[in-house]
Amino acid sequence: MTTAPIVKTSSWSPPHKAGNAEAQEAFHFSEENRAKLNQAIARYPEGRAASAVLWALYLAQDQNGGWLSEAAIVHVAEVLAMAPIRVQEVARFYTMLNTENKGRWRVQVCRTTPCWLRGSDKITAACLKAAGVSHLGEVSADGAVSVEEVECLGGCCNAPVMQINDREYYEDLSPEQAGEIVRDLRQDKLPTHSGSQTGRIASEPVGDKP
Amino acid sequence: MLAESDKVFRNLHGQADWQLAGAQSRGVWQNTAALLAQGREEIISKVKDSGLRGRGGAGFPTGLKWSFMPKEEGEFPHYLVINADESEPGSCKDREILRNDPHLLLEGCLIAGFAMGAHKAYIYIRGEYWLPLQRLEEAIAEARTAGLLGDNAAGSGFAFDIEVTRGAGAYICGEETALLESMEGKKGMPRLKPPFPAGVGLWGCPTTVNNVETIAVVPTILRRGSDWWSNLGRPKNTGTKIYSISGAVETPCNVEEELGIPLRDLIEQHAGGVIGGWDELQAVVPGGSSMPLLPKHICDDLLMDFDTLASHQSGLGTAAVIVMDKKTDLIEAVGRFAHFYMHESCGQCTPCREGCGWMYRIMKRFSAGQGRAEDLDLLWQVSRQVEGHTICAFGDAAAWPIQGLMRHFRPLLESRIVQAESVTKSPTGEGGAPASVEAIASASSAATPATPEAVLKD
Repeated sequence: MTTAPIVKTSSWSPPHKAGNAEAQEAFHFSEENRAKLNQAIARYPEGRAASAVLWALYLAQDQNGGWLSEAAIVHVAEVLAMAPIRVQEVARFYTMLNTENKGRWRVQVCRTTPCWLRGSDKITAACLKAAGVSHLGEVSADGAVSVEEVECLGGCCNAPVMQINDREYYEDLSPEQAGEIVRDLRQDKLPTHSGSQTGRIASEPVGDKP
Repeated sequence: MLAESDKVFRNLHGQADWQLAGAQSRGVWQNTAALLAQGREEIISKVKDSGLRGRGGAGFPTGLKWSFMPKEEGEFPHYLVINADESEPGSCKDREILRNDPHLLLEGCLIAGFAMGAHKAYIYIRGEYWLPLQRLEEAIAEARTAGLLGDNAAGSGFAFDIEVTRGAGAYICGEETALLESMEGKKGMPRLKPPFPAGVGLWGCPTTVNNVETIAVVPTILRRGSDWWSNLGRPKNTGTKIYSISGAVETPCNVEEELGIPLRDLIEQHAGGVIGGWDELQAVVPGGSSMPLLPKHICDDLLMDFDTLASHQSGLGTAAVIVMDKKTDLIEAVGRFAHFYMHESCGQCTPCREGCGWMYRIMKRFSAGQGRAEDLDLLWQVSRQVEGHTICAFGDAAAWPIQGLMRHFRPLLESRIVQAESVTKSPTGEGGAPASVEAIASASSAATPATPEAVLKD
C-alpha cells in the first residue's frame, strides 16, 4: 500500500531497461522455497495451483532480496503453469509485492487518518532523516533502506504504526524510536522487539494492564 | 457496561495464553461435538433467532446468509471462506482475535462449516498481518494434532479442515467477490452479482464468506443460547461488538461492549475520553473510513448500533470509532480517506477509478486553502456520480465520507475557497481566508514534512 507508485506507475519500466543488471540474472526457487511452495499448492484442490500465486510471489520476493525481477515472475509462471502476463498483473496489483528494488529494508509508515491523527507525519519525517534520503521511495545510498508511506495497516488503536518488509509491526511509535529503528536497520540490525514500543501487550487501554 | 461474564472475547488484549490450552481453559473447544449434534437446521435457526448480524460492515443477518447455501452437497463441494482481510481504516479488531484468540475463530469455522455443509474453510488474512498469520497457522496445527480438525473433527464424525491463504495488501480484497478472485490467483477485482457466491463462489462452487468476528461469536451463542445473545444490545441490533476506538482519545483501545452503547460512554469509559474533554470533540467517524462522519451535537447522545447510525445517514460499519478533536483539520482528515480510496480503487469501473482521483484532488485543493468557488458543487456532483455506479460498494465507500463532510461541515470547506477579490485587494495577502483557517493551515504544515507532499503532487 505504498504512496509513491501512484505517481510512478506510468513511468515504470521493466527492471532491465532501468539498467538493473540483476534483473537479467536467471531466477530459480531454492530447494527449500520450492518445497514451501509445494506445501502452499497442496492447500488448494487439484488443478488449482494458480491459487498459490501470492505464496509463490512472496517466496520469490524473499529469495530475490525483497523485489520481483522479470525473471522471478516468469519462473513463478512456469512453476504454476500460468501465463507470465497473469503473474505480472498480480505482481503489479498488490502493493506488498515490489517490482522494483527498494532496498534490503523497506520501512513502511502508515499515513491514513487514524495514524495521521496521532502524528504519523512526524514518524515519516524522522524515518526519512534517519535513512538519509530526501524523498519517499528513495533507496539509501548503501542500498539498505527505503522509506515509504502506506495506506492503513490496521493497527489503528496502536497508532502510529510502521511495518518493516512484509513482517513485523512497530506500534505506538515516537519519532525518536522510529528514527532509531531506521538507523539500526542501516546496520542490518533489527529492533529487539516488535509490536508496541510503549510496552502495551496488544490494544488494551493504557493503564489497564492485568 | 458489559458484564465480564457476558464477554465472548476473554483474551482480546492478549493478557493470557492464546494457544489451545489457554483457549480450552476459557471454554473454547469444549464439547463441540454436542453443538454439532443438534444438526444443521437447528444451528442455522438458532443463529437466526439470536439476531446475529454480520460484523464485517454490512450487518447482514448471518443465519439468513447461511441458509442461502444449497441444502445438499451436489456436484461441487461447498466452501466457507473467512474474510480476515481487515483493511478498513480505523478497524483493527480482527487482528486482536487472530493473534490473541485464534481458536475462537477455528471452532466457529467448524460449526459454520457444518451448518452449510462445507468440509473446508479458507481463512483469507491480509498480507500485512504477519504475527496474526503465524499464530493462526500454529493454532490450526495444534487443532489438527488434537483431532479438533480432520476426518473426525472434534469427535463429531464430520470431516473438516481449515487452510490459511495470505493476501498481499489490497483493500479491495475485503469485498467478498474480489476476495474470491484473489484466492483464485487473480487480481482482486469484484465480480458482477448475480450469481451470488452462495450459488457460484470459490472456483465456481457454493461459497459463503463471513467476517472473523461474526464466526468467532457463533460457538458462544450456541453454548449460551440465542436468548442470551438477543437480550444483549437493542432490538434488531443484538449482542456484543468489538469497538476500535482510535484518534484523539486519551487511551485508544479495542473493547467489547454491547451494541447500542452510547458513543459518549464508549469513549469516556473505555478510551479515557476525548483529549482535553468531551467539549473538545469536533467529529466522530463511527464505523470506519467509509462511514460519514458525524458532528459533536449528534455524537452527544448517539447510540452505537446499526439502525441508529443509519438513521443519521451514517453507519456502524466495522464499529471503528475515529475521534477527531477541535484541533483536527477535518478537511485533511477526510482528504486522507480520499487518498486512501484513490490508492485502493481496483480500477475496474470507470466512475470509481477516475472519480476517486478527482475527489482526492479537489479535497487536496481545499486542504491547501486553494479551493475554487465551483469546487463545492463539483465535489458533490462527482461523489454522487461515483456512488451507486460501480460493481461493488467501494464506490459508495469512497463517496460517503466526503458527502458526510459536505453535509455537516460545508462552512469549513467554504472557508477554504480562495477569495480572488480579497486576495488581490489585500496587499498583505491575508484577506483570502479567515484567521481560524490560517491557524489550522500553519498547524498542519508544522506537522507535515516537506517531502511527502512534494511527492504527492499531482
